[in-house]
Amino acid sequence: MSGEAARTYLPQGLPIPVAEADGLSAPYWQGLRQSRLLVQRCRHCATWQFGPEWICHRCHALDSDWTEIEPHGLIFSWERVWHPSHAALRQHGPYLAVLVEFPHAGGVRMIGNLLGDPGQAVSIGAAVDGVFEHHPHPERQYSLLHWQLSSVR
Amino acid sequence: MSAKATADRTLRGRVAVVGIGETDYYRHGASPDPEFKLALKAILAACGDAGIDPRDIDGFASYSEERSEASRLAAALGTRRLRAATMQWGGGGGGCCAAVANAAASIVAGLADCVVVFRSLAQGQYGRFGRATGIDTISGEKAYLMPYGVLAPPQRFAMRVRRYMHEHGVGQEALRAIALASYHHAQANPRAVMYGKPLDAAKYDASRWIAEPFHLYDCCMENDGAAALVLVPAERAGEFRNKPAYVLGAAVGSGYRAGAIPHNSPHYASAGFETVAADLYAMAGLGPSDVGVVQCYENFTGGVVMALAEHGFFAPEEANDYLAFDNLVAPSGRLPLNTSGGNLAECYMHGFELMLEAVRQVRGTSTSQARRNDVAMVIGGPMVTPVSNLLLGSEATL
Ligand SMILES: [Zn+2]
Repeated sequence: MSGEAARTYLPQGLPIPVAEADGLSAPYWQGLRQSRLLVQRCRHCATWQFGPEWICHRCHALDSDWTEIEPHGLIFSWERVWHPSHAALRQHGPYLAVLVEFPHAGGVRMIGNLLGDPGQAVSIGAAVDGVFEHHPHPERQYSLLHWQLSSVR
Repeated sequence: MSAKATADRTLRGRVAVVGIGETDYYRHGASPDPEFKLALKAILAACGDAGIDPRDIDGFASYSEERSEASRLAAALGTRRLRAATMQWGGGGGGCCAAVANAAASIVAGLADCVVVFRSLAQGQYGRFGRATGIDTISGEKAYLMPYGVLAPPQRFAMRVRRYMHEHGVGQEALRAIALASYHHAQANPRAVMYGKPLDAAKYDASRWIAEPFHLYDCCMENDGAAALVLVPAERAGEFRNKPAYVLGAAVGSGYRAGAIPHNSPHYASAGFETVAADLYAMAGLGPSDVGVVQCYENFTGGVVMALAEHGFFAPEEANDYLAFDNLVAPSGRLPLNTSGGNLAECYMHGFELMLEAVRQVRGTSTSQARRNDVAMVIGGPMVTPVSNLLLGSEATL
């Protein structure tokens, strides 16, 4: 996708993701900037966890680790959005958002956009691969993780 | 635990709703009154309905980030002594029944004797819910959603409903039937914002998509107004002019890790009532077949499908058959639903208008009276966490 680095799936102007003041999710956002997908995994009981928490929900250890996983998953659910809820999306749409499940990481899920034709038919269970979208924002660089059908190369 | 201790720890038959009141309902931004004044008007109306001096209220209860604070209300109304001021945690309408439960619990525990439960909302004054413009950066749960265009409530809930429809084979017609029933009932209710604006299947089908699977008519309105009810100990219920509606049961909460963000709750395709419905029925000593009429919070129609199934009215696989228009309308339907028009077509008071309608059903004064009105259910806030529910009944059910 390097030739399309300047293109973004949604128009510019939506809120920029940043870590909380307490830094809980900072490793996740830092990972995306390096084209790495990081998910919390407990050092003690190996439970996967996303979104991040300060505590393992299974064993209550307070020192969860971050583990890099392959950005591959399955579409768990999806929606096609028509009504713009933000000024940046006016005159834009429809667009697709998908909920992707990672069977190789305890079944945790993440939201992203499904690249390609926004009018395409979407199948729950379809395999998808991650595509990192880097935003060289002058003050705050950030990256998003989108998805494309695994057969699309 | 002894049987007596268990029996003591119930709301069943302990408190009664003796007054209900509301302002006129307006389209969002159209209220001539500011929000706090709307709250006062609704509270005065509820006290007037009960035939009670507003100065005798000694408690206030609300939910959903209510801005009209108990202390300010008490000062404005000349409340002689304030004894209970409770707010339910959690956003949206999930707290509408919980606010009644908290008020009832205050009374049963002896903390207060006459509690007003209310919700006030003037979006012209404070801005619309779900509007996301004007934010430069975002952190926490929304950081995983908003940059992908998942901003407003319909976008946050559509994929939960899509997953439910996928798992259980629920069709678009089931969602449509809920919208049609609400609009049908609103045509009999002159208070309804959508009174005089009927909806039929063709109009629903032709309406624009908001976020698939939600058409325009699957989404609640945004409105201005206020609604309130007066709660007293059951032994005092006879002192007031209206037929009392007794609390038979109430429950609040959510299942295992329902609040796991973003969209990581283990039981994702759910309205959140798997534990809460069981608690409600256990307290009331009733089951779904005892319920004659249901007011179910519709942020979106899809949540109603899930919530009704989780309360045992039908199995999820039966949704397409059960959720037919004829089954959902008063007086003769199997389960008359949202008989005032509800959030979709009466007024979106974050579900509190549903509470008043349940009281009207028990009193027998609804504009769409169900044939069986001795037991009325209210379901609050499907798909949020925590959620809550409530059963009201006539004296004959005690
Ligand atoms: Zn652990």
